Amino acid sequence: METLTDQTWLLTVGTFLPMLGALVLMFWPKNDEAGIKGIGILTAGVTMLVGIYTLVQFDYGQSAKLQFFVDAEWIPVIKSGYTIGLDGISLPLYILSMAVTFLVMVYTWDNMPEAGNTKAFYILMLVLQTGMAGTFIAQDLILFFVFFELVLLPMYFMIGVWGGEDRRYASLKFFLYTMFGSAFMLVAFLALFFQTGAESFGFAQLIDAGAAIDRDVQIWIFAGMFLGFAVKVPMFPFHTWLPDAHTQAPTQGSVILAAILLKLGTYGFVRIAIPMLPEGAKAWAPAIGILAVIGIIYGALGCLAQTDMKRLIAFSSVAHMGFVMLGISTLTSFGINAALFGMVAHGLITGMLFFVAGSVKHRYHTLEIQRLSGMLIQMPRMGWILGFCAMASLGLPGLAGFWGEFPAILSAYQPGFGLSEPLFRTLMVVAAVGTVLAASYLLWLYQRTAFGEPSDEFKGHSDAEHDAADRGHGVAHSLSAAANDHAHDGDDAHEDIHDVQLTEWLSWTPFLVAIVVFGVYPQLMFKVMDPAVTQMVERLGASLG
Amino acid sequence: MFAFLVAQASDWITPVIDWHAVAPELVLVAGINIVLLIDLNISDAKKWVLATLTGFVMLGALLPVVTLAVIGDDSRSLFDGRYVIDEYALILKAFFLLVAYVVILMSQTELEEGGYYQGEFYVLMLCSVLGMVMMSSARDLISIFVALELLSIPAYMLAAWRKRDVKSNEAGVKYYLLGVFASGVMLYGMSFLFGATNSTLLTDIGAALTDGDLNGLEVVGVVFVICGFAFKISAVPFHTWAPDTYEGAPTPVTAFLSVASKAAGFVALVSIIFLAFPNASDVYEPLIWTLAALTMTVGNVLALRQTNIVRMLAYSSVSQGGFILMPLAFAGNSNAGGSALNAVVVYLLVYGFMNLGAFAIVIAVSRKTRSGEISSFGGLFGYAPGLAVAMTVFFASLAGIPPLGGWFAKFNAFRAVLQAETNPAYVLAAIAAVNTVVSAAYYMRVLRSVWMDDAPDGDTSPVVTPAPIVAALGITVIGTLVVGVYPNAITRFAELKDLTGAIVP
Repeated sequence: METLTDQTWLLTVGTFLPMLGALVLMFWPKNDEAGIKGIGILTAGVTMLVGIYTLVQFDYGQSAKLQFFVDAEWIPVIKSGYTIGLDGISLPLYILSMAVTFLVMVYTWDNMPEAGNTKAFYILMLVLQTGMAGTFIAQDLILFFVFFELVLLPMYFMIGVWGGEDRRYASLKFFLYTMFGSAFMLVAFLALFFQTGAESFGFAQLIDAGAAIDRDVQIWIFAGMFLGFAVKVPMFPFHTWLPDAHTQAPTQGSVILAAILLKLGTYGFVRIAIPMLPEGAKAWAPAIGILAVIGIIYGALGCLAQTDMKRLIAFSSVAHMGFVMLGISTLTSFGINAALFGMVAHGLITGMLFFVAGSVKHRYHTLEIQRLSGMLIQMPRMGWILGFCAMASLGLPGLAGFWGEFPAILSAYQPGFGLSEPLFRTLMVVAAVGTVLAASYLLWLYQRTAFGEPSDEFKGHSDAEHDAADRGHGVAHSLSAAANDHAHDGDDAHEDIHDVQLTEWLSWTPFLVAIVVFGVYPQLMFKVMDPAVTQMVERLGASLG
Repeated sequence: MFAFLVAQASDWITPVIDWHAVAPELVLVAGINIVLLIDLNISDAKKWVLATLTGFVMLGALLPVVTLAVIGDDSRSLFDGRYVIDEYALILKAFFLLVAYVVILMSQTELEEGGYYQGEFYVLMLCSVLGMVMMSSARDLISIFVALELLSIPAYMLAAWRKRDVKSNEAGVKYYLLGVFASGVMLYGMSFLFGATNSTLLTDIGAALTDGDLNGLEVVGVVFVICGFAFKISAVPFHTWAPDTYEGAPTPVTAFLSVASKAAGFVALVSIIFLAFPNASDVYEPLIWTLAALTMTVGNVLALRQTNIVRMLAYSSVSQGGFILMPLAFAGNSNAGGSALNAVVVYLLVYGFMNLGAFAIVIAVSRKTRSGEISSFGGLFGYAPGLAVAMTVFFASLAGIPPLGGWFAKFNAFRAVLQAETNPAYVLAAIAAVNTVVSAAYYMRVLRSVWMDDAPDGDTSPVVTPAPIVAALGITVIGTLVVGVYPNAITRFAELKDLTGAIVP
């Protein structure tokens, strides 16, 4: 595989810069909250700038090749190297991880979860970022594994320390599920390595050598990797950790989990399992397709049964990741492109939905759908943003969600490499039904929370209503809605229902803009990913003969 | 009879001794005497000097190990190849000395505050370490046995060090009785091997035992020797002494037993398997396979139920022993043999850092809480974030989470097993994979207490950690992290060629 080796420092700096920030924070006085937040945001911001520089320097004409490629010695005894590189498949996810971490940190400026300890929270987010970025640049199985696992502990603590009521249960469940998957994944990696007799754990060598393994062996090894990645995605029936983890996690945790961590699993399929084990992938594709579609329907039905807004969004993640996996299971470049697009789109949209859910919780101190209503009256801007995200999530054409879902469904019409057409066409139809269900649960959610009159419980506690009342009495209210953050402190528990605030605007706008931009001009991302995906599918075709 | 002995004696040739090669042992011997003499002649108030002195003896013994390694010519063989100083021996000697040094750092305050017999403690500790250092070089059944007794007998006494404490006495007695029984079994097996092969030199035995051609005597010999060591390394079903002994013994001693003493057992087992039994793999492979599978599973399942942290760590160390043992089941496999040796040694080194660290934390925290219950660690993150983070490093490392040292140890063990590419290997790897997850459950439960629970009784006064324990923590944290991020730092010390005369058929 050809590689470009310009500016080899770029990826290393982009990945490990957050670690440096974490190190500095570790020795920063604990009481200096503003300083800690500042350093955290600054580190993530500089990392983001490195990411933007990477975007600029990336050679889009050769996006099928690994760029900024480094192959340095790491653990020669086990033939594993520090091999990193970036191509069209990983670039969008790599940048997304940087952007999400940065924006989540900005959001945290004003929205620190209740448990406190800002220092530890920022350190964990920075460590998480290194793990996520590293997973997307790793081009060596062992390095990939290390980064893949690096995210585990920070997320465990994030859920466990700053989470909701049931945080202990949820965090341990998250941890054990993932650990279970990755233990088998590691065994599969090693089995693959020894079966191929490869010279190193580098992706390129294993992709070259993997196809030569016996079909039966490939199927077994694929099964091991499947466990690791499917738990992370999560695919039905390994999804049960997700609703708990999402519901209990602090807003920041939910956003990072939805936007990036789930993608580590799907990325693993596209980058590792399928290219390295073509026969195994082909044998497993129908099963993956079926499980994906079960996930779509199950997730949607699960959504309809939820009474908690955050849990509903979590279940919708299961459904959306089902579409991604359906696209991947077709083994066509069309389907995989759609899946990759769907990964980014889901990251943006669901991440945004979790942000909104977090802000709603912050204001109403509840996410019970029954108790919320009339959001559009009390917080018109927040209500509109929720509506916008719901529309994007249900796959409205013109917004990013559409380009992940629709082509994924379409790709099932003609699966690759002689996969059963009747089966995949059936799956296509069922998946299409899933989109209808998606529309129904999202619209239903929106209808119940945003429309109507505010419930008695919260009536008259919002800034919007105060403003209206003030105007009615002709009294000039000198403080604007956005600035009087704590003006009403004390006299009433619900006095603080105000509309979208400055830090929220700052952290949300990029998400909202990206959802529109990628929705209107999806080619922006497709043209980056397509050459790499096409090349991968061609190689797949070559080895499947 | 007497005439015969005299006739034998007249053949006596003074062996040529490479003084540089045995310098570490000599430093220890000198140290034992010096510490003992000084202990007799100073007042109780000044006994703290002894800890420092013992620490210097350990470091002093480390010095020749380093010079030997730096000179690094071929292995030095003494007494007809019965005592060999090769790379394998050197890395393990360095390991034992470093572990002992850290244990001394950990015991210092405990001994001073508890009013225990300090001088005797350090003397016995030095004796035990001398046994371990000898074990690394012993390549003969007799020198192995001598080394084993030298390291065990002081340990029996150390386990019972809290003289007025019933539990500590129980610990010592249990350890002693079962240890002696194990020695007996082993010695019985060794006598069979000697009878069958007419030699006590490991390589001679290795040449005499050949697969498919083993007689009953030889089979019994192999099985008994391995079972004898199974006691030492607390492999299931020979593990029953471990939890009681670990819980009853003073915590620094427990750390010493669970790391150094166990490692010494493994070292002997490795030497014997690679030198004496390379062609007896039909016998030892199924035996070790079963021991490994049982050890990791039973150890884990029992650890899940513990509420006392020391007992939990005891069972966890049993289960970790299963992981260390696992690659040895494929030592005779032509693909995996070399990796198996590497895996065991690397695992021991990493395990040393992380397990000592875990005990150091327990010592540090229980100085304040005066409790060994896991729940007493609640709220630690709130009032002692530094200790909490260090504890996270050790427990996550024990669970095998990258980028902490434990992941590489586990990975390496998996690698050696899967390299064998046989069905038993795949089955064992799957069992081990499940066990990794089970073990994560109890390690994470401790971390959950540390990070997520509130302090019991709302006592959030800070923990005062004495300087020696801080130093011990520093060494172990850095070791755990460095190995995890850059495993190459230790893997290159433990290759097959480093063990002189090792054969993989």
